[in-house]
Amino acid sequence: MKLQQSTLLGLYATLELARADGGQRSAAEIAEKFNVSLNHLAKVLRTLVRAGLLQAVRGVGGGYRFLGNAKRTTLMDVIELFEPVSIEGFENHARAHPTDVESGLAIALVEISEMMQATLRSITIRTMLKMMNPDSTTA
Amino acid sequence: MNSSVLNEASIAVQIRRAAQSDLAAIMAFDERSNKDANPEYWQAMFRRYGDDQGKQLFLVCEHGPEIVGFIIGEVRDWEFGSSPCGWVFALGVRPDIRLGGVATRMYREMCDFFRRAGVNKVRAMVARQDNDFHSFFRSQGMMAGPYVQLEKDL
Repeated sequence: MKLQQSTLLGLYATLELARADGGQRSAAEIAEKFNVSLNHLAKVLRTLVRAGLLQAVRGVGGGYRFLGNAKRTTLMDVIELFEPVSIEGFENHARAHPTDVESGLAIALVEISEMMQATLRSITIRTMLKMMNPDSTTA
Repeated sequence: MNSSVLNEASIAVQIRRAAQSDLAAIMAFDERSNKDANPEYWQAMFRRYGDDQGKQLFLVCEHGPEIVGFIIGEVRDWEFGSSPCGWVFALGVRPDIRLGGVATRMYREMCDFFRRAGVNKVRAMVARQDNDFHSFFRSQGMMAGPYVQLEKDL
């Protein structure tokens, strides 16, 4: 699975802000930490704000803070804001080119895709924070 | 899962071994009781896992006078070539209590039981589309293991 740069930035920003536990970070701080373009990151942050995962804090010392429900928001929720993760492409391809080779390959690819989606839907932001900080005692 | 009416800090619960008289309350909120599981199923589960034999454990969680959760687990030896490990194969929490830490506490009790039984690995199997259970086990630090479940229509 190869995620687009915007998707990765979305995940980085979401996790970085969620770990701040209500605190805020400026876009410049996040861009510097992950060594990415501030322009690109700003677009990604706007998408996350529109989705209700982040809040933009205006004014001096402003920045962004995590607004989502860390126990309910999954990696898939963030990824789908930036790119589709779907098995339809494989299934449609198999339907459009119904040779035994193509349909056989589609079955295998759909299985892989379904497992990937199930994994992404099962890992919440809270779980990610615990993976990043295994000593945390948060339930 | 539905939204919780209680948060973890406010829930006073007690976890204990299941009794036969708990089965009716479990069936009332266990989703499977509307599909595959029936009274005979639960009686059989209790007969097999309710007794203290050192390798099986059937726990319930009480909130006041009410049963609000259950968990069933077992130590299995050398299944599929694996060294002995604990399996959690049934878990349920009453919908209005979910997200309050009840499942976490039962899971930890079960893991303590497995440790006392001498195993250092816990496993579970969840349906791919069952995000709630999948997320719960992930939240406990569980990850995909070295085995892949395969099946075929006969």
